[in-house]
Amino acid sequence: MAANEQALALAKEQSKYKWGFSSDIESDFAPKGLDEDTVRFISAKKAEPEWMLEWRLKAFRLWQGMESPDWAKLSIPPIDYQDAYYYAAPRKKPTLKSLDELDPEILLTYQKLGIPIEEQKVLAGVEGARKVAVDAVFDSVSVATTFREELKRAGVIFLNSAVFSDGTFVYVPEGVRCPMELSTYFRINAENTGQFERTLIIADKGAYVSYLEGCTAPQRDENQLHAAVVELVALEDAEIKYSTVQNWYPGDENGKGGIYNFVTKRAHCRGDRSKVSWTQVETGSAITWKYPSCVLSGKDSVGEFYSVALTNNMQQADTGTKMIHLGAGSRSTIISKGISAGRSNNTYRGLVRVGPSAEGVRNFTQCDSLLLGSECGAHTVPYIEVKNPSAQIEHEATTSKISDDQLFYAQSRGLDREAAVALIVNGFAKEVLQQLPMEFAVEAQKLLGISLEGSVG
Amino acid sequence: MAMLKIENLHANVGDKEILKGLTLEVGAGEVHAIMGPNGSGKSTLGYVLAGREGYEATSGSVTFDGRDLLAMAPHERAAAGFFLGLQYPVEIPGVSNLNFLRTALNAQRKLRGEPDISAADFMRLARTEADAFDLTMDHMKRGVNVGFSGGEKKRNEMVQMALLAPKFAVLDETDSGLDIDALKTVAGGINLLRSPERGFLLITHYQRLLDYVKPDKVHVLSGGRIVRSGGPELAHALEREGYGELAA
Repeated sequence: MAANEQALALAKEQSKYKWGFSSDIESDFAPKGLDEDTVRFISAKKAEPEWMLEWRLKAFRLWQGMESPDWAKLSIPPIDYQDAYYYAAPRKKPTLKSLDELDPEILLTYQKLGIPIEEQKVLAGVEGARKVAVDAVFDSVSVATTFREELKRAGVIFLNSAVFSDGTFVYVPEGVRCPMELSTYFRINAENTGQFERTLIIADKGAYVSYLEGCTAPQRDENQLHAAVVELVALEDAEIKYSTVQNWYPGDENGKGGIYNFVTKRAHCRGDRSKVSWTQVETGSAITWKYPSCVLSGKDSVGEFYSVALTNNMQQADTGTKMIHLGAGSRSTIISKGISAGRSNNTYRGLVRVGPSAEGVRNFTQCDSLLLGSECGAHTVPYIEVKNPSAQIEHEATTSKISDDQLFYAQSRGLDREAAVALIVNGFAKEVLQQLPMEFAVEAQKLLGISLEGSVG
Repeated sequence: MAMLKIENLHANVGDKEILKGLTLEVGAGEVHAIMGPNGSGKSTLGYVLAGREGYEATSGSVTFDGRDLLAMAPHERAAAGFFLGLQYPVEIPGVSNLNFLRTALNAQRKLRGEPDISAADFMRLARTEADAFDLTMDHMKRGVNVGFSGGEKKRNEMVQMALLAPKFAVLDETDSGLDIDALKTVAGGINLLRSPERGFLLITHYQRLLDYVKPDKVHVLSGGRIVRSGGPELAHALEREGYGELAA
């Protein structure tokens, strides 16, 4: 009986994280552990020039002398950097002419990932599918990019894995509006592997690009590290919209396993009237620690940060943004929606800084926290540093529990408890979700519901 | 057989017993009114029937359409055709009225083994019912009850009822806070929905609503029990003489 119950519980547990499978794909690994030889190995694998290797080695030596910062409201067990692989690549032919040449296991994986229908069509090459360019990064290297030719014709140079071992470089030339959403799926597959992709997007004068990343990982008992860097540069009148739907494996109900999602995201609104908009929906990972930021040095430049962070069970999140106002007339908007359930902890941490010569800066910040249950925590930590008296800074914050009245009302109209919770939570997060491209907003809505299953007793 | 049959129902809110042996039968096609002083257990009765958490039936039975109502979860009661119109309708920010109603309707249909309603059919239905209770499509697109006046919230309850088309509706003080025009609209809606297959239980503090919706029976609830039952004339007697003597 007890064993039977255990098996049932296990099945239930496994059904919750639907992306927890691993794929049996032959991979090339770097030797386990991290030292200068690992760095040389990766650099050699990518056939990099000497200066790249030097740059990497310099970074590595700096990193060795650094200590892990401890100011976040996170409890992070010590990370053994020697107990991980730093390079894993699906073994395959050196170049791919079309998706047909892709390892069928990988294609199957995308189907299981529930990549939005439109994108599956794109991946499968269905005619007339809405044009979303999909780039898939598997462990460390990019395996397939759709619409490369079409993007090139549109004047977008799209070089995958050219500069870094993994990740993306996008340059949108002057005046070009990138005609479709660019989209990347990150997938950590191999065991004990870290993922360290790098993304650089440059929008030249008057250019526009919208970029979306989605992330999942297999269900494994060990913690895995994802430490990525995303950098955006917007020149005069350029606009970059960067959206993330992060659903790395969150660990089990007792906090075993899961991804450490430690990511650096920063944008430089360099040109006058340039604009960068970060939208993130963070539902996965054991620990999420990231602050997508904007340095607003252009005159009248605009930075936006829209965030939904959901934590359940033993998950921890300490996330927010930094808006550094250096340009006159620069404006920023921060909308953060934190949802905590189970025994999780969810912190919004945000900096709004106004430099002494930045006249007429405006910022509006709104941080709302929703608590489900009585064992979770929501924390809001705003930092406001204003060195110019003309700035107008507004900060609003609310913390509320999901109301019994709302739950009962929805149930009395025919929704079961979980559907009622999902509906109310989606309403709470709507301001942020509506910033996402339509098809991804639908996926994100479902994700919020799934991530909360069983969280309200 | 009665559509709703309540027998010797006892119910607690927290540790406190509020309903103390309530017995009531409402047949299909009938409209009954329950009146009573504040604190007599009127709203508790509505919540217990709808299955609200924290409102616990401790003994007695409720049979709805031949089924054990108390054994069902709240959403199952809704799908079985039970509806509760709330005295204080709740706001759900960020969820549009239309989305809320379509989600609810399809959840009910799914539980009944019926297919989803098509988007076009739903919109037609929503427009018709909004019109019937003087709400605009703008109200339907706004967050559920967000920024609605008291009267608009009550009319929105009626829109929901009409759209979900239950077999039985308990309306908890739907008339309170309505001006005379809104009261007439609401009463007109109830009269329109009256049918031989549908039952109503109107919980009200005043007989005013009963001038427009003629009940088949009027009951007086006091101290958690039905203390008196009669025809429509009982409501007038209550209005004249107060609850003091009749409820004693």
